[in-house]
Amino acid sequence: MRPFTYTRATDVNSAVQEITRHEKAKFVAGGTNLLDLMKIDVMAPQHLVDITRIALKTIEETADGGLRLGALVTNNDTAYHEQVEKRYPLLSHAILAGATGQLRNMATDGGNLLQRTRCYYFYDTQTPCNKREPGSGCSAIKGYNRDLAILGTSEHCIATHPSDMCVALAALEASINVTGPNGDRVIPIADFHRLPGDTPHIDTNLQEDEIITSIDLPAKGFAEHYTYLKLRDRASYAFAIISVAAALDMDGDTIKEARIALGGVAHKPWRKPAAEAMLQGQQATRENFQKVAEAYLEGAKGYGDNDFKIELAKRAIVRALEQAFNKEGAA
Amino acid sequence: MEKENPPLPPLQSVTLRINGKEQRLELAPWTSLLDALREHLHLTGTKKGCDHGQCGACTVLIDGKRINSCLTLAMMQEDKEITTIEGLAKDGELHPVQQAFIDHDAFQCGYCTPGQICSVIGLVNEGKAKTLADIRDLMSGNVCRCGAYVNIVKVVQEALERSEAK
Ligand SMILES: Cc1cc2nc3c(=O)[nH]c(=O)nc-3n(C[C@H](O)[C@H](O)[C@H](O)COP(=O)(O)OP(=O)(O)OC[C@H]3O[C@@H](n4cnc5c(N)ncnc54)[C@H](O)[C@@H]3O)c2cc1C
Ligand code: SF4
Ligand code: FES
Ligand code: FES
Repeated sequence: MRPFTYTRATDVNSAVQEITRHEKAKFVAGGTNLLDLMKIDVMAPQHLVDITRIALKTIEETADGGLRLGALVTNNDTAYHEQVEKRYPLLSHAILAGATGQLRNMATDGGNLLQRTRCYYFYDTQTPCNKREPGSGCSAIKGYNRDLAILGTSEHCIATHPSDMCVALAALEASINVTGPNGDRVIPIADFHRLPGDTPHIDTNLQEDEIITSIDLPAKGFAEHYTYLKLRDRASYAFAIISVAAALDMDGDTIKEARIALGGVAHKPWRKPAAEAMLQGQQATRENFQKVAEAYLEGAKGYGDNDFKIELAKRAIVRALEQAFNKEGAA
Repeated sequence: MEKENPPLPPLQSVTLRINGKEQRLELAPWTSLLDALREHLHLTGTKKGCDHGQCGACTVLIDGKRINSCLTLAMMQEDKEITTIEGLAKDGELHPVQQAFIDHDAFQCGYCTPGQICSVIGLVNEGKAKTLADIRDLMSGNVCRCGAYVNIVKVVQEALERSEAK
């Protein structure tokens, strides 16, 4: 690791002051992504502001009947929280599908939102990568790209966002509360992560001097019909090749509302509300699910090694919706 | 031409509470908890496998929860209760999970074992493993290159039964 200086923030305001006061500074929470990347010189901040002592560690009801997750609540404490298990099992399952017991005890909800891509070239400082070094080129587009994106890509970057938690947050339409030098603002999860475009080095719309304070879940948790389906190379402890967070609100056999978010396919959790709406008022049949799956993958583009992901994503959507309908939870 | 390196930032003092004992150290801020344990305190029971959160050899308990000591800074763990493999035996008696590793022949080279043991204790504290599949999933953060998994699972089952009997 390159040398850096270290200070602790005791509250949100001092955290914002510290990050503005120091050059090339970063917050550190669980450390599981940042320190990992610093060890291999992909990230090299000159100062770390430890935010782990700030009182953002509770999960509380919101005025509108939803739940507020403090940014520093660990992933395990979130997934195992009684209210989350009961009212937002989709989120609970998605979190538990990721990483390991040890890592989830360290990883925080705020840090999870900001974890960086797992594109191998991003990790390999010997190769060009526009995300790591803007303007150097993308090694993946013509290189080995089996795990990389098929939707929303650009000629500059085809990386995916690796989080499981964020896919569930997208389906649940969570919003992110942040504080910066100019005060507080709320960023809907759909606007939080960006597509690569010609600025793949910028992952999210959070500013460098802003701190995430909490994540709000709306009251509607789809606790009856939901599934987090994660397809990966081994049964545990691997990033998703494709994942699907599916949630249905049913009126008998008729679908009142459907939510579908895809992971492992794009630079952000992928949703297409227009395609979801095709299911409104429809029966939960395989034919209907297949139509939506086709619509979701419209415009998808493979880069060679990852061509198979287009068909795989379609089948995963159908399977996830069937599981959600049949109340089969996570599998 | 190589640029001259800027002077290193100064060491910072930190008090770590390890296995019930306070230890005052002067550390470079970038020292991981794992390196502080092994290189500065010579508590070499905690192992370094990958140094990237992938193998679990460095697992220790912080306030009773299992974590990877390679992915946290020593500075970040001030005022926490840190338990390493060296702190588990009490009054010359092995911790029941340590004893169970011997009884079930759950290791070969032993390199992963300290991390496995801390992980089992953390898993039992979490209280979420109900089935065999749960055990396998929730222990997947501890890799064993000797492949002692079958017997490690037996240790976990025994530890879970013991905690339920209590
Ligand atoms: C071996 C391994 C396997 C993994 N497998 C999976 C997996 O299968 N699925 C999955 O989803 N994830 C997986 N992960 C990733 C893991 O979930 C993330 O590393 C973790 O969620 C990051 O959270 P953190 O608190 O440790 O973040 P940190 O590493 O502390 O921080 C990450 C970034 O977020 C910033 N930050 C943190 N908190 C805040 C805040 N409150 N406000 C503003 N900025 C902030 C930091 O400055 C930093 O840039 C894996 C990680 C490892 C090491
Ligand atoms: S896909 Fe993105 S992260 Fe991967 S090499 Fe190309 S620019 Fe870098
Ligand atoms: S050394 Fe920490 S997980 Fe491998
Ligand atoms: S006993 Fe040798 S690595 Fe596990």
